[in-house]
Amino acid sequence: MRLYWKYIVILFKSQMQYRTSFWLLTLGQFLVPFSVFAGLYFLFERFGQIQGWNFQEVALCFSIIHMAFAISECFARGFDSFSGMVVNGEFDRVLVRPRSTVLQVLGSKFEFTRVGRLAQSTLVLIWAISQLPIEWTMLKAITLFFMVISGFFIFAGIFMLAAAMCFWTIQGLEVANIFTDGGKEMAQYPLNIYQKWVTRFFTFIIPFGCVNYLPLLYILDKTTGNDLPYILAPAAGIVFIAPCMLVWRVGVRHYRSTGS
Amino acid sequence: MITINGISKTYQVAKRSSGIGQAFKSLFHREYTDVEALNDISFTVKPGEIVGYIGPNGAGKSTTIKVMSGILVPDSGSCTIMGYTPWKDRVAYVRNIGVVFGQRSQLWWDVPVIDSFELLRDIYKVPEQEYKANLALLTETLELQDIIGMPVRQLSLGQRMRCEIAASLLHSPSILFLDEPTIGLDAASKIAVRRFIRTINEEKGVTVILTTHDMNDIEALAQRIILIGKGKLLYDGSIDAIRNQFGTRKTIIALYRQQEAPLKIAGAVLESWSPERAVLSVDTEQVLISEVLISISQQVELIDIIIDTPPIEDMIIQLYKEHQI
Repeated sequence: MRLYWKYIVILFKSQMQYRTSFWLLTLGQFLVPFSVFAGLYFLFERFGQIQGWNFQEVALCFSIIHMAFAISECFARGFDSFSGMVVNGEFDRVLVRPRSTVLQVLGSKFEFTRVGRLAQSTLVLIWAISQLPIEWTMLKAITLFFMVISGFFIFAGIFMLAAAMCFWTIQGLEVANIFTDGGKEMAQYPLNIYQKWVTRFFTFIIPFGCVNYLPLLYILDKTTGNDLPYILAPAAGIVFIAPCMLVWRVGVRHYRSTGS
Repeated sequence: MITINGISKTYQVAKRSSGIGQAFKSLFHREYTDVEALNDISFTVKPGEIVGYIGPNGAGKSTTIKVMSGILVPDSGSCTIMGYTPWKDRVAYVRNIGVVFGQRSQLWWDVPVIDSFELLRDIYKVPEQEYKANLALLTETLELQDIIGMPVRQLSLGQRMRCEIAASLLHSPSILFLDEPTIGLDAASKIAVRRFIRTINEEKGVTVILTTHDMNDIEALAQRIILIGKGKLLYDGSIDAIRNQFGTRKTIIALYRQQEAPLKIAGAVLESWSPERAVLSVDTEQVLISEVLISISQQVELIDIIIDTPPIEDMIIQLYKEHQI
Protein backbone atom coordinates (compact mmCIF):
# COMPACT_ATOMS: atom_id res chain seq x y z
CA MET A 1 0.00 0.00 0.00
CA ARG A 2 2.87 2.31 0.85
CA LEU A 3 4.45 1.49 -2.49
CA TYR A 4 1.18 2.17 -4.26
CA TRP A 5 1.19 5.62 -2.73
CA LYS A 6 4.79 6.13 -3.92
CA TYR A 7 3.69 5.24 -7.43
CA ILE A 8 0.93 7.82 -7.18
CA VAL A 9 3.37 10.48 -6.04
CA ILE A 10 5.90 9.90 -8.80
CA LEU A 11 3.26 9.82 -11.52
CA PHE A 12 1.61 12.89 -10.12
CA LYS A 13 4.94 14.66 -10.33
CA SER A 14 5.22 13.52 -13.94
CA GLN A 15 1.75 14.80 -14.67
CA MET A 16 2.61 18.16 -13.15
CA GLN A 17 5.32 18.56 -15.77
CA TYR A 18 2.48 19.22 -18.18
CA ARG A 19 0.37 21.57 -16.15
CA THR A 20 -1.65 23.27 -18.86
CA SER A 21 -2.58 20.03 -20.47
CA PHE A 22 -3.59 18.71 -17.06
CA TRP A 23 -5.93 21.59 -16.30
CA LEU A 24 -7.50 21.58 -19.75
CA LEU A 25 -8.14 17.83 -19.66
CA THR A 26 -9.52 18.08 -16.14
CA LEU A 27 -11.85 20.85 -17.24
CA GLY A 28 -12.92 18.73 -20.19
CA GLN A 29 -13.58 15.78 -17.90
CA PHE A 30 -15.61 18.08 -15.69
CA LEU A 31 -17.76 19.37 -18.53
CA VAL A 32 -18.37 16.25 -20.62
CA PRO A 33 -20.71 14.47 -18.17
CA PHE A 34 -22.85 17.62 -18.06
CA SER A 35 -24.05 16.94 -21.58
CA VAL A 36 -25.10 13.46 -20.48
CA PHE A 37 -26.71 14.94 -17.42
CA ALA A 38 -28.51 17.55 -19.51
CA GLY A 39 -29.89 14.74 -21.64
CA LEU A 40 -31.18 13.15 -18.46
CA TYR A 41 -32.78 16.43 -17.43
CA PHE A 42 -34.64 16.92 -20.71
CA LEU A 43 -35.81 13.34 -20.63
CA PHE A 44 -37.49 13.88 -17.31
CA GLU A 45 -38.72 17.33 -18.36
CA ARG A 46 -40.70 15.53 -21.04
CA PHE A 47 -41.82 12.41 -19.19
CA GLY A 48 -41.85 13.43 -15.54
CA GLN A 49 -40.83 10.04 -14.30
CA ILE A 50 -39.72 6.62 -15.52
CA GLN A 51 -41.00 3.41 -13.93
CA GLY A 52 -41.68 5.18 -10.68
CA TRP A 53 -38.30 6.93 -10.52
CA ASN A 54 -38.16 10.70 -10.53
CA PHE A 55 -35.37 12.93 -11.76
CA GLN A 56 -33.57 13.40 -8.43
CA GLU A 57 -33.54 9.68 -7.76
CA VAL A 58 -32.10 8.90 -11.16
CA ALA A 59 -29.58 11.72 -10.66
CA LEU A 60 -28.39 9.93 -7.54
CA CYS A 61 -28.12 6.72 -9.50
CA PHE A 62 -26.22 8.59 -12.21
CA SER A 63 -23.79 10.27 -9.84
CA ILE A 64 -22.83 7.06 -8.04
CA ILE A 65 -21.93 5.18 -11.19
CA HIS A 66 -20.06 8.19 -12.59
CA MET A 67 -18.11 8.61 -9.37
CA ALA A 68 -17.13 4.96 -9.43
CA PHE A 69 -16.18 5.24 -13.09
CA ALA A 70 -14.06 8.35 -12.52
CA ILE A 71 -12.24 6.77 -9.58
CA SER A 72 -11.54 3.58 -11.47
CA GLU A 73 -10.35 5.43 -14.55
CA CYS A 74 -7.99 7.37 -12.32
CA PHE A 75 -6.63 4.53 -10.19
CA ALA A 76 -7.01 1.49 -12.40
CA ARG A 77 -5.83 3.25 -15.54
CA GLY A 78 -2.81 0.94 -15.67
CA PHE A 79 -5.09 -1.94 -16.62
CA ASP A 80 -7.15 0.22 -18.93
CA SER A 81 -4.09 1.13 -20.99
CA PHE A 82 -2.34 -2.18 -20.51
CA SER A 83 -2.08 -3.20 -24.18
CA GLY A 84 0.66 -0.59 -24.58
CA MET A 85 2.68 -2.23 -21.85
CA VAL A 86 2.65 -5.55 -23.64
CA VAL A 87 3.41 -4.05 -27.03
CA ASN A 88 6.45 -2.05 -25.93
CA GLY A 89 7.79 -4.73 -23.63
CA GLU A 90 7.22 -2.80 -20.42
CA PHE A 91 5.57 -5.88 -19.00
CA ASP A 92 8.88 -7.74 -19.07
CA ARG A 93 10.18 -5.10 -16.72
CA VAL A 94 7.25 -5.74 -14.39
CA LEU A 95 8.18 -9.42 -14.32
CA VAL A 96 11.77 -8.80 -13.25
CA ARG A 97 10.74 -6.76 -10.23
CA PRO A 98 10.00 -8.48 -6.95
CA ARG A 99 6.43 -7.27 -6.51
CA SER A 100 3.04 -8.55 -7.58
CA THR A 101 2.11 -7.87 -11.18
CA VAL A 102 -1.27 -6.45 -10.20
CA LEU A 103 0.27 -3.83 -7.94
CA GLN A 104 2.87 -2.86 -10.51
CA VAL A 105 0.39 -2.58 -13.36
CA LEU A 106 -1.94 -0.52 -11.18
CA GLY A 107 1.01 1.68 -10.34
CA SER A 108 2.11 2.07 -13.94
CA LYS A 109 -0.42 4.75 -14.77
CA PHE A 110 -2.89 7.09 -13.13
CA GLU A 111 -5.24 9.41 -14.95
CA PHE A 112 -5.40 12.34 -12.57
CA THR A 113 -7.48 14.42 -14.95
CA ARG A 114 -10.45 12.25 -13.96
CA VAL A 115 -10.82 14.36 -10.82
CA GLY A 116 -12.78 16.63 -13.17
CA ARG A 117 -15.35 13.94 -13.75
CA LEU A 118 -15.29 13.04 -10.09
CA ALA A 119 -15.99 16.66 -9.12
CA GLN A 120 -18.90 16.84 -11.53
CA SER A 121 -20.50 13.64 -10.27
CA THR A 122 -19.92 14.65 -6.66
CA LEU A 123 -21.78 17.89 -7.33
CA VAL A 124 -24.66 15.95 -8.82
CA LEU A 125 -24.63 13.62 -5.83
CA ILE A 126 -24.78 16.48 -3.36
CA TRP A 127 -27.53 18.17 -5.32
CA ALA A 128 -29.60 14.99 -5.60
CA ILE A 129 -29.25 14.23 -1.90
CA SER A 130 -30.26 17.76 -0.94
CA GLN A 131 -33.36 17.47 -3.11
CA LEU A 132 -34.48 14.06 -1.93
CA PRO A 133 -36.46 13.60 1.28
CA ILE A 134 -34.27 10.78 2.60
CA GLU A 135 -34.21 9.97 6.28
CA TRP A 136 -30.47 9.47 6.70
CA THR A 137 -29.12 6.87 9.06
CA MET A 138 -25.54 5.79 9.63
CA LEU A 139 -26.23 2.53 7.83
CA LYS A 140 -27.56 4.34 4.77
CA ALA A 141 -24.48 6.56 4.61
CA ILE A 142 -22.20 3.54 4.86
CA THR A 143 -24.18 1.76 2.17
CA LEU A 144 -23.83 4.79 -0.11
CA PHE A 145 -20.09 4.84 0.46
CA PHE A 146 -19.75 1.16 -0.33
CA MET A 147 -21.83 1.56 -3.47
CA VAL A 148 -19.13 3.83 -4.90
CA ILE A 149 -16.28 1.63 -3.71
CA SER A 150 -17.94 -1.46 -5.07
CA GLY A 151 -18.59 0.26 -8.39
CA PHE A 152 -14.90 1.00 -8.55
CA PHE A 153 -14.13 -2.68 -8.07
CA ILE A 154 -16.43 -3.69 -10.90
CA PHE A 155 -14.92 -1.24 -13.36
CA ALA A 156 -11.42 -2.19 -12.22
CA GLY A 157 -12.35 -5.85 -12.69
CA ILE A 158 -13.53 -5.23 -16.24
CA PHE A 159 -10.37 -3.28 -17.02
CA MET A 160 -8.40 -6.19 -15.64
CA LEU A 161 -10.27 -8.70 -17.79
CA ALA A 162 -9.68 -6.56 -20.86
CA ALA A 163 -6.01 -6.26 -19.94
CA ALA A 164 -5.74 -10.01 -19.54
CA MET A 165 -7.08 -10.39 -23.08
CA CYS A 166 -3.95 -8.56 -24.29
CA PHE A 167 -1.97 -11.67 -23.44
CA TRP A 168 -3.77 -13.53 -26.19
CA THR A 169 -4.55 -10.83 -28.68
CA ILE A 170 -3.47 -7.26 -28.96
CA GLN A 171 -6.43 -6.21 -31.05
CA GLY A 172 -10.11 -6.60 -30.41
CA LEU A 173 -10.05 -4.81 -27.09
CA GLU A 174 -12.96 -2.60 -28.04
CA VAL A 175 -15.12 -5.46 -26.80
CA ALA A 176 -14.24 -4.43 -23.28
CA ASN A 177 -15.59 -0.94 -23.86
CA ILE A 178 -19.04 -2.42 -24.35
CA PHE A 179 -18.88 -3.44 -20.73
CA THR A 180 -17.16 -0.39 -19.24
CA ASP A 181 -18.68 2.49 -21.19
CA GLY A 182 -21.75 0.45 -22.00
CA GLY A 183 -22.13 -0.64 -18.41
CA LYS A 184 -21.71 2.91 -17.22
CA GLU A 185 -24.39 4.16 -19.63
CA MET A 186 -26.79 1.40 -18.64
CA ALA A 187 -26.21 1.65 -14.93
CA GLN A 188 -26.75 5.37 -14.72
CA TYR A 189 -30.46 4.55 -14.95
CA PRO A 190 -32.32 2.31 -12.51
CA LEU A 191 -32.15 -1.22 -13.86
CA ASN A 192 -35.89 -1.92 -13.68
CA ILE A 193 -36.51 0.20 -16.79
CA TYR A 194 -34.78 -2.42 -18.95
CA GLN A 195 -35.74 -5.81 -20.30
CA LYS A 196 -35.58 -8.73 -17.90
CA TRP A 197 -32.46 -10.28 -19.48
CA VAL A 198 -30.57 -7.00 -19.35
CA THR A 199 -31.41 -6.64 -15.68
CA ARG A 200 -30.34 -10.18 -15.01
CA PHE A 201 -27.07 -9.77 -16.90
CA PHE A 202 -26.17 -6.63 -14.98
CA THR A 203 -27.12 -8.19 -11.68
CA PHE A 204 -25.64 -11.64 -11.84
CA ILE A 205 -22.88 -11.52 -14.46
CA ILE A 206 -21.49 -8.02 -14.17
CA PRO A 207 -23.14 -6.86 -10.96
CA PHE A 208 -23.65 -3.17 -11.75
CA GLY A 209 -27.20 -3.52 -10.46
CA CYS A 210 -25.83 -4.53 -7.10
CA VAL A 211 -23.85 -1.35 -6.69
CA ASN A 212 -26.53 1.18 -7.42
CA TYR A 213 -30.02 -0.06 -8.26
CA LEU A 214 -30.55 -2.59 -5.48
CA PRO A 215 -28.99 -0.63 -2.59
CA LEU A 216 -30.67 2.53 -3.84
CA LEU A 217 -34.02 0.84 -3.30
CA TYR A 218 -33.01 0.58 0.33
CA ILE A 219 -31.70 4.12 0.64
CA LEU A 220 -34.82 5.52 -1.02
CA ASP A 221 -37.11 3.31 1.10
CA LYS A 222 -38.56 1.56 -1.93
CA THR A 223 -37.98 -1.91 -0.53
CA THR A 224 -40.57 -4.34 0.68
CA GLY A 225 -39.61 -6.88 3.31
CA ASN A 226 -36.10 -7.49 4.53
CA ASP A 227 -33.60 -4.69 3.88
CA LEU A 228 -30.49 -6.76 4.52
CA PRO A 229 -29.98 -8.23 1.02
CA TYR A 230 -30.19 -4.72 -0.41
CA ILE A 231 -27.67 -3.37 2.06
CA LEU A 232 -25.25 -6.20 1.35
CA ALA A 233 -25.68 -6.08 -2.43
CA PRO A 234 -22.59 -3.89 -2.98
CA ALA A 235 -20.46 -6.75 -1.70
CA ALA A 236 -21.13 -8.44 -5.05
CA GLY A 237 -18.97 -5.82 -6.72
CA ILE A 238 -16.06 -6.70 -4.51
CA VAL A 239 -16.64 -10.39 -5.09
CA PHE A 240 -16.59 -9.69 -8.83
CA ILE A 241 -12.89 -8.84 -8.67
CA ALA A 242 -11.96 -12.39 -7.63
CA PRO A 243 -12.62 -14.16 -10.94
CA CYS A 244 -11.02 -11.21 -12.73
CA MET A 245 -7.85 -11.73 -10.70
CA LEU A 246 -7.96 -15.39 -11.61
CA VAL A 247 -8.23 -14.66 -15.33
CA TRP A 248 -5.37 -12.19 -14.93
CA ARG A 249 -3.16 -14.83 -13.38
CA VAL A 250 -3.97 -17.30 -16.12
CA GLY A 251 -3.10 -14.57 -18.62
CA VAL A 252 0.26 -13.87 -17.01
CA ARG A 253 1.06 -17.58 -17.05
CA HIS A 254 0.11 -17.77 -20.70
CA TYR A 255 2.32 -14.79 -21.50
CA ARG A 256 5.28 -16.32 -19.77
CA SER A 257 4.92 -19.61 -21.57
CA THR A 258 4.48 -18.14 -25.02
CA GLY A 259 6.22 -14.79 -25.06
CA SER A 260 5.29 -12.26 -27.67
CA MET B 1 25.92 -19.89 -9.82
CA ILE B 2 24.05 -20.43 -13.07
CA THR B 3 23.38 -23.91 -14.38
CA ILE B 4 21.39 -24.24 -17.55
CA ASN B 5 20.61 -27.68 -18.82
CA GLY B 6 19.04 -28.51 -22.15
CA ILE B 7 16.74 -25.51 -22.44
CA SER B 8 14.46 -25.45 -25.47
CA LYS B 9 11.84 -22.95 -26.46
CA THR B 10 9.60 -22.90 -29.49
CA TYR B 11 7.46 -19.97 -30.56
CA GLN B 12 4.41 -20.20 -32.69
CA VAL B 13 4.43 -17.60 -35.39
CA ALA B 14 1.38 -17.00 -37.55
CA LYS B 15 2.00 -17.58 -41.22
CA ARG B 16 1.25 -14.60 -43.34
CA SER B 17 0.77 -14.84 -47.04
CA SER B 18 0.45 -11.93 -49.38
CA GLY B 19 -2.77 -10.79 -50.99
CA ILE B 20 -6.01 -9.50 -49.59
CA GLY B 21 -7.74 -12.85 -50.06
CA GLN B 22 -5.19 -14.56 -47.88
CA ALA B 23 -5.37 -11.77 -45.32
CA PHE B 24 -9.12 -12.19 -45.16
CA LYS B 25 -8.78 -15.93 -44.83
CA SER B 26 -6.37 -15.50 -41.92
CA LEU B 27 -9.12 -13.70 -40.03
CA PHE B 28 -10.83 -17.01 -39.53
CA HIS B 29 -8.16 -19.58 -39.88
CA ARG B 30 -4.52 -19.13 -39.15
CA GLU B 31 -1.70 -21.42 -39.84
CA TYR B 32 1.18 -21.42 -37.48
CA THR B 33 4.77 -22.31 -37.99
CA ASP B 34 6.97 -23.30 -35.12
CA VAL B 35 10.12 -21.29 -34.72
CA GLU B 36 12.78 -22.82 -32.55
CA ALA B 37 14.14 -19.95 -30.55
CA LEU B 38 16.27 -22.12 -28.32
CA ASN B 39 17.34 -25.65 -29.01
CA ASP B 40 18.93 -27.64 -26.21
CA ILE B 41 21.07 -24.89 -24.70
CA SER B 42 23.30 -25.85 -21.79
CA PHE B 43 26.02 -23.96 -20.00
CA THR B 44 27.18 -23.03 -16.54
CA VAL B 45 28.50 -19.77 -15.18
CA LYS B 46 30.69 -19.46 -12.10
CA PRO B 47 30.35 -16.64 -9.58
CA GLY B 48 32.25 -13.52 -10.56
CA GLU B 49 32.50 -14.37 -14.25
CA ILE B 50 31.78 -11.96 -17.07
CA VAL B 51 30.26 -13.84 -19.95
CA GLY B 52 29.71 -12.32 -23.37
CA TYR B 53 26.66 -13.81 -25.00
CA ILE B 54 26.82 -13.22 -28.72
CA GLY B 55 25.15 -14.20 -31.91
CA PRO B 56 23.53 -12.56 -34.92
CA ASN B 57 20.10 -10.92 -34.70
CA GLY B 58 17.36 -13.42 -33.98
CA ALA B 59 19.77 -16.05 -32.72
CA GLY B 60 17.97 -16.43 -29.40
CA LYS B 61 20.06 -14.18 -27.17
CA SER B 62 17.16 -12.18 -25.80
CA THR B 63 15.08 -15.32 -25.32
CA THR B 64 17.85 -16.81 -23.20
CA ILE B 65 18.11 -13.64 -21.13
CA LYS B 66 14.33 -13.71 -20.69
CA VAL B 67 14.44 -17.30 -19.50
CA MET B 68 17.28 -16.58 -17.11
CA SER B 69 15.55 -13.51 -15.70
CA GLY B 70 12.33 -15.41 -15.10
CA ILE B 71 10.21 -13.65 -17.72
CA LEU B 72 9.74 -16.68 -19.94
CA VAL B 73 9.13 -20.31 -19.12
CA PRO B 74 11.02 -22.68 -21.45
CA ASP B 75 9.31 -25.69 -23.04
CA SER B 76 11.84 -28.08 -21.61
CA GLY B 77 15.11 -28.19 -19.77
CA SER B 78 16.14 -26.95 -16.38
CA CYS B 79 17.72 -23.80 -15.14
CA THR B 80 19.03 -23.22 -11.64
CA ILE B 81 20.36 -19.84 -10.69
CA MET B 82 21.54 -19.30 -7.12
CA GLY B 83 19.39 -22.23 -6.10
CA TYR B 84 16.24 -20.80 -7.68
CA THR B 85 14.35 -21.82 -10.74
CA PRO B 86 13.77 -18.35 -12.18
CA TRP B 87 10.24 -18.84 -13.51
CA LYS B 88 9.01 -20.65 -10.42
CA ASP B 89 10.03 -18.43 -7.54
CA ARG B 90 9.81 -15.21 -9.53
CA VAL B 91 9.40 -12.71 -6.70
CA ALA B 92 12.04 -14.28 -4.44
CA TYR B 93 14.44 -14.79 -7.31
CA VAL B 94 14.36 -11.40 -9.05
CA ARG B 95 15.47 -9.67 -5.88
CA ASN B 96 18.92 -11.08 -6.60
CA ILE B 97 19.27 -9.98 -10.17
CA GLY B 98 19.58 -6.73 -12.06
CA VAL B 99 18.42 -6.48 -15.65
CA VAL B 100 19.22 -3.76 -18.15
CA PHE B 101 17.47 -3.82 -21.50
CA GLY B 102 19.54 -1.44 -23.61
CA GLN B 103 16.64 -0.45 -25.80
CA ARG B 104 14.09 0.09 -23.06
CA SER B 105 14.18 2.42 -20.12
CA GLN B 106 13.32 1.38 -16.61
CA LEU B 107 13.30 4.95 -15.36
CA TRP B 108 10.31 7.23 -15.05
CA TRP B 109 10.52 9.58 -17.98
CA ASP B 110 9.34 12.90 -16.63
CA VAL B 111 10.79 13.00 -13.13
CA PRO B 112 14.35 13.55 -11.91
CA VAL B 113 16.51 10.43 -11.92
CA ILE B 114 16.80 10.45 -8.15
CA ASP B 115 13.01 10.07 -7.84
CA SER B 116 13.16 6.93 -9.95
CA PHE B 117 15.97 5.61 -7.78
CA GLU B 118 13.94 6.21 -4.63
CA LEU B 119 10.93 4.43 -6.07
CA LEU B 120 13.14 1.49 -7.00
CA ARG B 121 14.44 1.47 -3.45
CA ASP B 122 10.86 1.02 -2.27
CA ILE B 123 10.05 -1.58 -4.91
CA TYR B 124 13.04 -3.69 -3.92
CA LYS B 125 12.69 -2.84 -0.21
CA VAL B 126 16.34 -1.89 0.00
CA PRO B 127 17.32 -0.99 3.59
CA GLU B 128 18.06 2.72 3.91
CA GLN B 129 21.74 2.31 4.84
CA GLU B 130 22.43 -0.08 2.02
CA TYR B 131 20.64 2.21 -0.40
CA LYS B 132 22.67 5.21 0.68
CA ALA B 133 25.95 3.34 0.39
CA ASN B 134 25.07 1.95 -3.03
CA LEU B 135 23.84 5.30 -4.27
CA ALA B 136 27.02 7.03 -3.12
CA LEU B 137 29.20 4.43 -4.81
CA LEU B 138 27.20 4.44 -8.04
CA THR B 139 27.03 8.23 -8.18
CA GLU B 140 30.75 8.46 -7.79
CA THR B 141 31.85 5.72 -10.16
CA LEU B 142 29.33 6.54 -12.87
CA GLU B 143 29.75 10.31 -12.40
CA LEU B 144 26.07 10.96 -11.92
CA GLN B 145 26.39 13.98 -9.60
CA ASP B 146 25.35 16.50 -12.22
CA ILE B 147 22.58 14.53 -13.87
CA ILE B 148 20.85 12.91 -10.93
CA GLY B 149 18.54 15.88 -10.46
CA MET B 150 17.54 16.10 -14.10
CA PRO B 151 14.40 14.57 -15.62
CA VAL B 152 15.22 11.48 -17.66
CA ARG B 153 13.78 12.95 -20.85
CA GLN B 154 16.47 15.65 -20.81
CA LEU B 155 19.37 13.21 -20.60
CA SER B 156 21.51 12.17 -23.54
CA LEU B 157 21.54 8.48 -24.41
CA GLY B 158 24.93 8.00 -22.77
CA GLN B 159 23.84 9.73 -19.56
CA ARG B 160 20.63 7.76 -19.54
CA MET B 161 22.42 4.44 -19.94
CA ARG B 162 24.65 5.24 -16.99
CA CYS B 163 21.53 5.92 -14.94
CA GLU B 164 19.90 2.70 -16.21
CA ILE B 165 22.87 0.67 -15.06
CA ALA B 166 22.92 2.43 -11.70
CA ALA B 167 19.19 1.76 -11.34
CA SER B 168 19.68 -1.95 -11.85
CA LEU B 169 22.34 -2.12 -9.14
CA LEU B 170 20.67 -0.21 -6.31
CA HIS B 171 19.50 -3.42 -4.66
CA SER B 172 22.98 -5.02 -4.77
CA PRO B 173 22.14 -7.90 -7.11
CA SER B 174 24.54 -10.81 -7.40
CA ILE B 175 23.92 -11.22 -11.10
CA LEU B 176 23.58 -8.51 -13.69
CA PHE B 177 22.02 -9.20 -17.08
CA LEU B 178 22.89 -6.61 -19.67
CA ASP B 179 21.04 -6.80 -22.96
CA GLU B 180 22.96 -4.60 -25.38
CA PRO B 181 24.13 -2.03 -22.84
CA THR B 182 26.23 -0.02 -25.28
CA ILE B 183 23.78 0.17 -28.18
CA GLY B 184 23.80 3.61 -29.74
CA LEU B 185 26.34 5.09 -27.35
CA ASP B 186 29.23 7.33 -28.41
CA ALA B 187 32.81 6.15 -27.92
CA ALA B 188 33.38 7.96 -24.62
CA SER B 189 30.15 6.64 -23.07
CA LYS B 190 30.91 3.13 -24.24
CA ILE B 191 34.28 3.25 -22.55
CA ALA B 192 32.76 4.65 -19.34
CA VAL B 193 30.13 1.91 -19.28
CA ARG B 194 32.70 -0.81 -19.90
CA ARG B 195 35.01 0.50 -17.22
CA PHE B 196 32.15 0.57 -14.77
CA ILE B 197 31.03 -2.98 -15.53
CA ARG B 198 34.59 -4.11 -14.92
CA THR B 199 34.71 -2.20 -11.64
CA ILE B 200 31.57 -3.69 -10.14
CA ASN B 201 32.66 -7.12 -11.31
CA GLU B 202 36.02 -6.80 -9.63
CA GLU B 203 35.03 -4.92 -6.50
CA LYS B 204 31.61 -6.34 -5.70
CA GLY B 205 32.02 -9.69 -7.40
CA VAL B 206 28.89 -9.25 -9.49
CA THR B 207 28.45 -11.94 -12.12
CA VAL B 208 27.72 -10.33 -15.47
CA ILE B 209 26.00 -11.83 -18.49
CA LEU B 210 26.08 -9.45 -21.38
CA THR B 211 24.75 -9.59 -24.91
CA THR B 212 26.12 -7.25 -27.50
CA HIS B 213 26.91 -6.81 -31.15
CA ASP B 214 29.92 -4.68 -30.36
CA MET B 215 32.92 -6.98 -30.20
CA ASN B 216 34.93 -4.28 -28.49
CA ASP B 217 32.62 -4.72 -25.49
CA ILE B 218 33.47 -8.38 -25.49
CA GLU B 219 37.16 -7.79 -25.92
CA ALA B 220 37.24 -5.24 -23.14
CA LEU B 221 35.14 -7.21 -20.68
CA ALA B 222 34.56 -10.86 -21.22
CA GLN B 223 37.06 -13.58 -20.52
CA ARG B 224 34.59 -15.99 -21.96
CA ILE B 225 32.10 -15.92 -24.80
CA ILE B 226 29.12 -18.05 -25.60
CA LEU B 227 28.07 -18.01 -29.22
CA ILE B 228 24.56 -18.89 -30.20
CA GLY B 229 23.05 -19.12 -33.66
CA LYS B 230 19.61 -20.24 -34.80
CA GLY B 231 18.85 -21.28 -31.25
CA LYS B 232 21.82 -23.61 -30.95
CA LEU B 233 24.86 -23.24 -28.76
CA LEU B 234 27.81 -23.09 -31.13
CA TYR B 235 30.78 -22.09 -29.08
CA ASP B 236 31.54 -21.73 -25.42
CA GLY B 237 35.05 -20.79 -24.45
CA SER B 238 37.68 -18.13 -24.09
CA ILE B 239 38.37 -15.38 -26.55
CA ASP B 240 41.98 -16.49 -26.71
CA ALA B 241 40.91 -19.85 -28.04
CA ILE B 242 39.07 -18.09 -30.85
CA ARG B 243 42.13 -15.99 -31.50
CA ASN B 244 44.28 -19.07 -31.75
CA GLN B 245 41.81 -20.71 -34.07
CA PHE B 246 41.00 -17.82 -36.36
CA GLY B 247 43.70 -15.28 -35.61
CA THR B 248 46.41 -17.18 -37.43
CA ARG B 249 46.04 -15.08 -40.53
CA LYS B 250 48.20 -11.98 -40.20
CA THR B 251 48.41 -9.02 -42.46
CA ILE B 252 51.88 -7.66 -43.23
CA ILE B 253 52.24 -4.17 -44.61
CA ALA B 254 55.70 -3.43 -45.95
CA LEU B 255 56.98 0.03 -46.93
CA TYR B 256 60.18 0.14 -48.92
CA ARG B 257 62.37 2.18 -51.28
CA GLN B 258 60.91 2.44 -54.73
CA GLN B 259 61.17 -0.77 -56.68
CA GLU B 260 59.49 -1.78 -59.92
CA ALA B 261 59.47 -5.57 -59.62
CA PRO B 262 56.60 -6.97 -57.53
CA LEU B 263 57.37 -9.00 -54.43
CA LYS B 264 57.34 -12.76 -54.64
CA ILE B 265 57.12 -14.44 -51.27
CA ALA B 266 56.55 -18.16 -50.86
CA GLY B 267 53.57 -18.97 -48.63
CA ALA B 268 52.19 -15.44 -48.61
CA VAL B 269 49.38 -13.92 -50.65
CA LEU B 270 50.04 -10.54 -52.17
CA GLU B 271 46.88 -8.55 -51.49
CA SER B 272 48.01 -5.29 -53.05
CA TRP B 273 51.19 -3.90 -54.43
CA SER B 274 52.65 -0.56 -55.44
CA PRO B 275 56.29 0.49 -56.07
CA GLU B 276 56.53 1.68 -52.45
CA ARG B 277 54.09 -0.46 -50.51
CA ALA B 278 52.89 -4.05 -50.41
CA VAL B 279 50.19 -5.73 -48.36
CA LEU B 280 50.58 -9.45 -47.77
CA SER B 281 48.46 -11.90 -45.94
CA VAL B 282 50.10 -14.83 -44.24
CA ASP B 283 48.72 -17.86 -42.51
CA THR B 284 51.05 -18.46 -39.59
CA GLU B 285 50.11 -22.11 -39.49
CA GLN B 286 51.51 -22.59 -42.98
CA VAL B 287 54.61 -20.46 -42.86
CA LEU B 288 56.71 -18.78 -40.21
CA ILE B 289 56.54 -15.01 -39.96
CA SER B 290 60.31 -14.88 -39.65
CA GLU B 291 60.77 -16.61 -42.99
CA VAL B 292 58.42 -14.16 -44.65
CA LEU B 293 60.26 -11.24 -43.12
CA ILE B 294 63.63 -12.54 -44.25
CA SER B 295 62.27 -13.08 -47.71
CA ILE B 296 60.89 -9.53 -47.88
CA SER B 297 64.07 -7.93 -46.66
CA GLN B 298 66.05 -9.84 -49.26
CA GLN B 299 63.91 -8.51 -52.07
CA VAL B 300 63.39 -4.87 -51.08
CA GLU B 301 65.02 -2.16 -48.99
CA LEU B 302 62.58 -2.03 -46.10
CA ILE B 303 61.64 1.29 -44.51
CA ASP B 304 58.89 0.12 -42.20
CA ILE B 305 56.89 -3.01 -41.53
CA ILE B 306 53.54 -3.50 -39.79
CA ILE B 307 52.22 -6.87 -38.68
CA ASP B 308 48.51 -6.77 -38.00
CA THR B 309 46.19 -9.28 -36.33
CA PRO B 310 42.63 -9.20 -37.66
CA PRO B 311 40.11 -7.63 -35.26
CA ILE B 312 38.03 -9.98 -33.14
CA GLU B 313 35.05 -8.86 -35.22
CA ASP B 314 36.45 -10.61 -38.29
CA MET B 315 37.11 -13.74 -36.29
CA ILE B 316 33.52 -13.80 -35.12
CA ILE B 317 32.33 -13.38 -38.69
CA GLN B 318 34.48 -16.36 -39.63
CA LEU B 319 32.98 -18.26 -36.76
CA TYR B 320 29.48 -17.40 -38.01
CA LYS B 321 30.48 -18.55 -41.48
CA GLU B 322 31.86 -21.79 -40.17
CA HIS B 323 28.51 -22.54 -38.56
CA GLN B 324 26.58 -21.19 -41.53
CA ILE B 325 24.53 -18.64 -39.63
